[in-house]
Amino acid sequence: MATRLAPKELMKQPERLAPGHRLCAGCGASIVVRQMLAAIDEPVVISNATGCLEVATTIYPYTSWRVPWIHNAFENSASTISGVEAAYRSLVRQGKMEEKDVKFIGFGGDGGTYDIGLQALSGAVERGHQMLYVCYDNGAYMNTGIQRSSATPFGAHTTTSPAGKKIPGKQQFRKDLTRIMAAHDIPYVGQAAPSKWRDLMEKTRKAVNCGGPAFMNVLSSCNRGWRHATDETLEITQLGVDTCYWPLYEVEDGEWRLTYKPREKLPIEEWLKRQGRFRHLFKPQNRHLIDEKQEEIDRKWEELLERCGEA
Amino acid sequence: MSELKGWKEIPIGGMILDAGNSVEYDTGDWRAFRPVFGEAECINCFQCWLNCPDSSILVDTEKEEMVGFDLKHCKGCGICASVCPVNAKVKKKAEDELEKDEASLCIRIIEEGKLQEAGYE
Repeated sequence: MATRLAPKELMKQPERLAPGHRLCAGCGASIVVRQMLAAIDEPVVISNATGCLEVATTIYPYTSWRVPWIHNAFENSASTISGVEAAYRSLVRQGKMEEKDVKFIGFGGDGGTYDIGLQALSGAVERGHQMLYVCYDNGAYMNTGIQRSSATPFGAHTTTSPAGKKIPGKQQFRKDLTRIMAAHDIPYVGQAAPSKWRDLMEKTRKAVNCGGPAFMNVLSSCNRGWRHATDETLEITQLGVDTCYWPLYEVEDGEWRLTYKPREKLPIEEWLKRQGRFRHLFKPQNRHLIDEKQEEIDRKWEELLERCGEA
Repeated sequence: MSELKGWKEIPIGGMILDAGNSVEYDTGDWRAFRPVFGEAECINCFQCWLNCPDSSILVDTEKEEMVGFDLKHCKGCGICASVCPVNAKVKKKAEDELEKDEASLCIRIIEEGKLQEAGYE
């Protein structure tokens, strides 16, 4: 029997991510990792793309991982874990290892997934490995000091899309990776956020038990890059969900399903005004950018509702 | 920090063989704010445990109780207080009555230098 998804039961399971890691105070990534690993009862093996999570949890001679863990390079977290999975199954076939229901998980940030690791990820899921790849999306290369990635939202200030006289922050809309992964026609694709922990945990369970490759995209706040106070992490994450910037949905065997519908869809300003990276958008000369952003979000939301049969 | 090892003493590939040994590393000294636990108010919902980025909520798994904070590792982000339903209730009440009842908060966040002022230690 799987552990019931209730905090009172989950806290009795061994903690898989030890404290003492050097992620910033109020980091969203470690919340995502803790919640996801708490939802899995089976043994896990993890590969990690280069990024904040990898760097901060394994500063030599310390590691925060109480599960088998491997780092290879920035771009190949997905192919690394696919290789680990294939090697394990081969050893089991040869009778050299005991057969257990091991879950293979790859973690990467948006830089290591949307940009640098996209080819490796696409290949790994196409080959049909039984693995879950998780992207914790904080919308920029935060580890190296907030450079834009293809996940950075439109209008956001980063050090390589600086808001100033020449440009008002990032000028392109973000890449929709969840939909790209859904287009691979793999058994499970999900988009989640740690502010809805039960939804995140249920999706994690479905993903690791789908019998094939699975992908999850999880919104993860970075208070250094997003520019907000450390205790607002989950509140602002939830605003991202309630403004439909980050809708929560899943695609299970080609079946699209909305897992959370905001009672009232909030205007995007509610999310923008809480973060320093969007502060310049509220200047009179930039207000039209907020309208543009709202239009884009509305368009994508309508499209999603239609796909999920909710329109 | 332990004494540096010679190259012959380091495991092949620079692997770290002691899983989870980062507990030996203090991150508590980063803290500018400290969470203070109001035991009497706690309803043991474990929302703080569930959302702590630093695995720093101490729980008694037998009694199913929240015990306090691991101050050796807690970085003082304040997420525990922000997700606490008891705190939310108190703050809601304060909004209505224009008076904040600090003492009935389950988790208080206090500046490290002002603990004495607030009546602690």
